[in-house]
Amino acid sequence: MLNTLTLHEVLESLNRGECRSEDVVGSVLEAIHRTDGMLHGYLTVNEADAMSQAKAADLARSGGAKGRLLGVPIAIKDVLNVKGQPCTCGSKILKGYVSPYDATAIARLRAEGAVFLGRTNMDEFAMGSTTENSAYGITRNPWNLGCVPGGSSGGSAAVVAADEAIAALGSDTGGSVRQPASFCGCVGLKPTYGWISRYGLTAFASSLDQIGPMTKDVRDAALLLQIMAGQDPADSTTIHASVPDYQAALKTDLRGITVGLPKEYFVGGLHPDVERRVQEAIEVCRQAGARVVEVSLPHTRVAVDTYYIIAPAEASANLSRFDGVRYGFRAEGALDPLDLYKKTRAEGFGPEVKRRIILGTYVLSSGYYDAFYLRAQKVRTLIRRDFEAAFKQCSVMLSPVSPTPAYRIGENSTDPLQMYLGDIFTVPVNLAGICGLSVPCGFAAGNLPVGLQVMGPALGEESILRVGYAYEQATNWRCRRPEMTRANSRQGVGV
Amino acid sequence: MTKYRITIGLEVHVQLKTKSKMFCSCSTDFGASPNTHVCPVCMGYPGSLPVMNREAIRWTVISGLMLGCRINPCSKFDRKNYFYPDMPKNYQITQCDQPLCLGGGVDIEVEGQSKRIGITRIHQEEDVAKNLHYATWSGIDFNRAGVPLMEIVSEPDMTSPGEALAYLQTLRQILVYAGVSDCSMEEGNMRCDVNVSIRPDAQREFGTKVEIKNMNSFKNIGNALHYEIARQIEEVDRGENIIQETRRWDVDLGKTFSMRTKEDAHDYRYFPEPDLMPVALPESLLAEWAATLPERPAQRRERFVREYGLPEYDAQVLSAEKEVGDYFEAAARRSRNPKAVSNWVMTDVLRILSEKGIAITAFAITPDALAELVDLADSKVINSNTARDVFAIMLNGGRQAKAIVTAGGLAQVTDAGAIEAIVDQAIAENRKSSEDFRNGKVVALKFLVGQVMRLSKGKANPQIVEEWLKKKLSN
Repeated sequence: MLNTLTLHEVLESLNRGECRSEDVVGSVLEAIHRTDGMLHGYLTVNEADAMSQAKAADLARSGGAKGRLLGVPIAIKDVLNVKGQPCTCGSKILKGYVSPYDATAIARLRAEGAVFLGRTNMDEFAMGSTTENSAYGITRNPWNLGCVPGGSSGGSAAVVAADEAIAALGSDTGGSVRQPASFCGCVGLKPTYGWISRYGLTAFASSLDQIGPMTKDVRDAALLLQIMAGQDPADSTTIHASVPDYQAALKTDLRGITVGLPKEYFVGGLHPDVERRVQEAIEVCRQAGARVVEVSLPHTRVAVDTYYIIAPAEASANLSRFDGVRYGFRAEGALDPLDLYKKTRAEGFGPEVKRRIILGTYVLSSGYYDAFYLRAQKVRTLIRRDFEAAFKQCSVMLSPVSPTPAYRIGENSTDPLQMYLGDIFTVPVNLAGICGLSVPCGFAAGNLPVGLQVMGPALGEESILRVGYAYEQATNWRCRRPEMTRANSRQGVGV
Repeated sequence: MTKYRITIGLEVHVQLKTKSKMFCSCSTDFGASPNTHVCPVCMGYPGSLPVMNREAIRWTVISGLMLGCRINPCSKFDRKNYFYPDMPKNYQITQCDQPLCLGGGVDIEVEGQSKRIGITRIHQEEDVAKNLHYATWSGIDFNRAGVPLMEIVSEPDMTSPGEALAYLQTLRQILVYAGVSDCSMEEGNMRCDVNVSIRPDAQREFGTKVEIKNMNSFKNIGNALHYEIARQIEEVDRGENIIQETRRWDVDLGKTFSMRTKEDAHDYRYFPEPDLMPVALPESLLAEWAATLPERPAQRRERFVREYGLPEYDAQVLSAEKEVGDYFEAAARRSRNPKAVSNWVMTDVLRILSEKGIAITAFAITPDALAELVDLADSKVINSNTARDVFAIMLNGGRQAKAIVTAGGLAQVTDAGAIEAIVDQAIAENRKSSEDFRNGKVVALKFLVGQVMRLSKGKANPQIVEEWLKKKLSN
């Protein structure tokens, strides 16, 4: 059962010579065979390649190599470029595209010896909160196969929660790491904007996107962040600062920590089970020595509106390059270049992506730019200032990750607006460029995980990891595992 | 008949002479096989990100300083959105509302009149790829995609095709002096779009402007402007309205044709490029760059007059092209007689260049060698005819002037005894001419000098010969 171990447990085991990388990769592949037929967390698994990477790692280890991830398999969201692997972004339009290069984050993991065994499912171009918007089929929630795993990094969350991976990478533009982590009961970290290079991460909204680890516990998230974080000459938006020792920040007490509770995050509309679990979590933090204060983030109510102007605007330009000319899918029978664009994009993009491209094109159009895009940028500044002011009173803030636990497949897919509102607690973190962590904090009715969000200021990863770790160590939610059977899909979802 | 005023403004794209592209490290070399200087960034692959080329920024700022612009202490990049197969990302990274350089101008001279043409702005952007069309298919070469360009936008200050061309020539001259670009229209590293409108003399506001594209030489620009102005005047005279549109110059037909009207104009949906940080240029850095500014053509002109005592005209001709000026100066510094060097460069050297159709950098005679020749003539070691002969030998053989003179025994004969003997021989052989001179026929002397020169095989010093002849014949 090596596949059920955490990343740091696998490393300890490998380092002590108790197992080989081949065993770990083999165990994970077995788990994929066993359960991914139900889950569909993976889009591609290259078994032969994974096993040869594992063998190479074992050989290197026997030769004295010391990579910090030597021989550990990591699942990668299909939005990141890994040299020689497909990168569909969950879209038909990138069908057949093979990455000619490694993303910087991938290169850093590779340099430490990580094994890249497969690519995980996602909402098309990371647009969505359910992984229902994939061109390659939905992913199911391992805790209840009738429910969504969240999104857009739903595949990564599901495979980590189902022990079909030791750890995974996701990307978070408005909550796409934290929300699926919360729905599937794993840990998801959205680092400070600019802390992990975006080079090689297919862009959705460039000013909001961040790569984030999705893991079985907080220590693993810290470990992966340690390796991926830091300035990159290939991404001009990365931060010039030295990377602290995140392992050293993991402490079990919270003495000296002030925890802020943004009052705007605890108003009506919260699912009662979510509210109860989060309140209990706050109490655990208090017990661990934290001081709890109320803070205010007055512009919270306009955050979703702001996000749904800025993100589609940037996306409309970022997705222009998918035109059938250089790579990926190309429609047949085009008469001229314009016709080629129209046909390729009409056939290649799904409805949610089209919706956002149209929205983004509209808000950038001449005559509407000032009223929408420019105003949204100003509001964004106000949201950032809200956080700056609030973080003068506390070191971290706690909130739910999502107002609800995972919902049933198809439940929200007809009402995009309702779906967008589910992002209310996660998008402000991206708009402000700060960091956020999702940590499992118990279950709602129907055995559905609930996530606690720990928010920190820019480069406040040490604080959020410390709070997340202390909370996690004081509870034992991480030890629970989903029972994946066809039967669990019939369980009701309590409200 | 109504008289019309013409208004012309230019948008000039200049490719900067950087080693690598604007946002990636691919080479900017011209002429490589298609799609060999490409990478995920300049091909617009998913996940790739631009990284600014600091050298390109420096060249644009230096151009701005050379043209008297204000340098924006904080400028930024924007995305310009439109779909075209030569656009790898289907947006171009350019600068919309905060360009690197603002203001400035170029002083031109047309028909003896000086005029200043204002510059509105200079911004930095990336070039697009090149579409290649064949009989049954088209291809795209991305080697050029992402090559750094600066766009220099003029004020609508020009009122004739002559002024437009003078502006372009002067601008080109300054940029070549700045060393920022080769500015070759033929190679496409200097491209120009023209905006032109006309209005009746009495009308105060500008007429409707038309943009002309696709002109790849100064000659084409002049022809296109003449054609378009005549077309607009004809339209207005007939009572038609000018439509705001973009027109294409067809060089074969010698006409402009409508490409698209204002109604079809793109909404480029500019917004700030989120992948790049704004460009902050601290004063200390600008001062450092300003200190390295090369000389401007006008400065060099003045300096040539001051330093080498050249006439204004010589200074103008010699500074028109930077390399010619460099050549002259290298030779003049070695020579005792800069004016003589100037004469040689302006006549013989430039003539050979135009005959051979080569640049001065490919000229066979080095500035040092020319200086040596000039000094041999200047110190009367050889006479001017011999100097021309030596020049011709140098042009073909490349040997040094002194070596040629020594080997050929070409030095002037100034020895009085030797010359006296030849003079006596010439008088003896030409009794009739000698008589004529004695009888007051001055032209006869010229003939006798020529005879002496012939007898001396051109080596006698003609002044000494003349003195001797006068002396002998007056006895």
